[in-house]
Amino acid sequence: MYSYDKYDQSIVDGRVAEFRDQVKRRLAGEITEDQFKPLRLMNGLYLQLHAYMLRVAIPYGTLDSRQMHKLADIARKYDRGYGHFTTRQNIQYNWIKLEDCPDLLDDLASVEMHAIQTSGNCIRNISSDQYAGAAADEVTDPRPWAELLRQWSSFHPEFSFLPRKFKIAVIASKEDRAAMRLHDIGIELTQKNGEIGARVFVGGGMGRTPMIAPEIGPFVKAEDLLSYIEACMRVYNRFGRRDNMYKARIKILVHEIGADEYRRQVEEEFAHVKKLGIDPPLAELERITEFFAPPEFAADADIKVDRSDPDFALWLDQNVKDHKQPGYAIVNISLKPIGGIPGDASADQMDVMAEIAKQYSFDELRVTHAQNIVLPHVAKKDLHTVWRALREAKLADANLDLISDIISCPGLDYCSLANARSIPVAQKIATRFADMDRQRDLGELKLKISGCINACGHHHAGHIGILGVDRKGVENYQLTFGGSGAEDVAIGKIIGPGFDEDGIVDAVEKATDVYRELREEGERFLDTYRRVGVTPFKEAIYG
Amino acid sequence: MAELRYRDDEPHEQPAVTLDAFLDQSNAAAVRLEPDDDARALIPYLDRISLIEVGFPAFRDGRGYSAARILREAGYTGELRAQGDILVDQIAFMRRCGFDSFAPEGSLDPAAVERALGQFPYAYQTAADDADPIWKLRHE
Amino acid sequence: MKLLTGNDLKSGAVTWWTGSDWSIHVEHAADVGEHGESILQAEEGARRVNAPYIIDAVDTAEGPRPAHIKERVRALGPTVRPDLTLKPADPDAGDWVI
Repeated sequence: MYSYDKYDQSIVDGRVAEFRDQVKRRLAGEITEDQFKPLRLMNGLYLQLHAYMLRVAIPYGTLDSRQMHKLADIARKYDRGYGHFTTRQNIQYNWIKLEDCPDLLDDLASVEMHAIQTSGNCIRNISSDQYAGAAADEVTDPRPWAELLRQWSSFHPEFSFLPRKFKIAVIASKEDRAAMRLHDIGIELTQKNGEIGARVFVGGGMGRTPMIAPEIGPFVKAEDLLSYIEACMRVYNRFGRRDNMYKARIKILVHEIGADEYRRQVEEEFAHVKKLGIDPPLAELERITEFFAPPEFAADADIKVDRSDPDFALWLDQNVKDHKQPGYAIVNISLKPIGGIPGDASADQMDVMAEIAKQYSFDELRVTHAQNIVLPHVAKKDLHTVWRALREAKLADANLDLISDIISCPGLDYCSLANARSIPVAQKIATRFADMDRQRDLGELKLKISGCINACGHHHAGHIGILGVDRKGVENYQLTFGGSGAEDVAIGKIIGPGFDEDGIVDAVEKATDVYRELREEGERFLDTYRRVGVTPFKEAIYG
Repeated sequence: MAELRYRDDEPHEQPAVTLDAFLDQSNAAAVRLEPDDDARALIPYLDRISLIEVGFPAFRDGRGYSAARILREAGYTGELRAQGDILVDQIAFMRRCGFDSFAPEGSLDPAAVERALGQFPYAYQTAADDADPIWKLRHE
Repeated sequence: MKLLTGNDLKSGAVTWWTGSDWSIHVEHAADVGEHGESILQAEEGARRVNAPYIIDAVDTAEGPRPAHIKERVRALGPTVRPDLTLKPADPDAGDWVI
């Protein structure tokens, strides 16, 4: 894991001091809310329905036990004993007091964490593959590249007042576990003639106008990466639309001028920017990479796992994935108990996960964009012990990627932008499909719920997506099918008129019935839908 | 007139002309750029311009930051002034992009500006100022 | 009826204008009639409330009921965490929201 030096620490400490001063000025009445709002937003502090909400950055979703323990402490000390893990691999606290915020940021800084650029029209937290460093299919660990970008983007003087927020994801596998092409910039590290470089996609996103990012840079060398991304950003900062906030994301610029014209402008700008000496020497990427060196795996680790306990075997089959190192496995901790709140974890659960990570996963945890937690490096011989400890803390639901592993935004229960509640819908659907045999029979089925058109719940990328809307003051839910955030990326399509809360649960159930009836061997819901089209589903649901 | 100026030379006192007017007659030595003006249009004339004023009609409109860097990257050494809706917490970013004078619509507390400029001893990126980026300090 | 609501500047808690002060209980909210705008400006200036605004509500036997569901969620708390609402002892409190 990356560890701060005095320079990194000075940046974070400087921000805490700056924000302490800003909060003092606000509470003393020296600045108005209009003036304060952009300052608190740049620190991830929102005013939500019930209170201030603070979003804390978890760079590329990686953290150690010390940091996870600190997140638990903060939940107890400043909040109401829990936190919400988000689709951007961050954590949000829902009940923060403005006057406590500087002390909270100090506590975060003590474990090399911060809330810098978790809101505002700037480059947000860089996200990545939750299996980085553990996945067998990666060409390299994407996190050193993500860290290089994190540093470059932090307090970037030219790009802190962009037309709109800006999200970057970095992956290094063909299998996309990070919804890479649904980001403003998606980077896929790839290998050519023995050299690692970046395939750069620009102009993806969800929100009210979902778009899949086209490829702009087919192979950007490591020593050119920052110049190239700087060129991408400058073209956007200069020419992205500022007349209408709903058309201000880079996807609209790329769409309006076309990928070819955008690429031409980026290449022209890159030719200029490259001469300015903004790229660090490769020694800097090497310095960062050393922090991500593989842990000291036991060479002779036992590869056999005793599957005699059926509940344990179920969890193994559903939540445990292959590791690149023989004798080790990747453990997914589901934060989706049936009837629970997707992505929420209590302070006690955070402490349990931290403790398990420390003992059994080389002190590492990851947050996934599907709002779950990963223990990336668990020895197979320890899996049963880990499972029992997780089960004790109610963290052993064996539903990864099944219909009850629902992504859900906070919705109208917490969020001031929402039009409808999302969490109760997630809870009802999970409860309807609570039976494990039934869920497993349905197989991989990614269901994603957003409480408004901003799509924080990634509904466009759901095999089944649900969008909450406000219909004359009453909550109403639209259904989309066919989306995917993976390497088979697609935007879901609305299938017809919306439903009330109970109606949407029934409609989802009918859709799964159609799938079971029509599926061919080995087909997931998404595959069957893509093969047969929407008609049989519509007939069953609206007929 | 700039409220804050980080230069030792004599201020240029003649009013700045619009980019269009400058390109039409081009004997003026002071130009004002609006956010949607292309700063690169000035590159052929930089050696005879002594003041470029960049307008910020709203603090959220960040196009002027790119304009400033483009002008400095092209070798412009004259006064580069930010005018308009400017927050004290933006001055440090603007200084790094090459602005060396400020004419904010509201008044700025000089003590608050000093504090803001001294908040961060190091910066990660290369920009238009002469500060060494952190990566350079690490590998020296 | 019209209610004036906002969030407490320091704590962020939802507050309702009672006619003379702010309360976290919507039951205490007073009809501001046509005076909402002037109270709003004075109170925001006094920094007792953040981002105040005026909403529509209906006067009922149990007290004012905000017209829009979003305001009813604000008045009660998250419906998915009854323990964190203002009425943790009432299991049916969420019904009022819908």
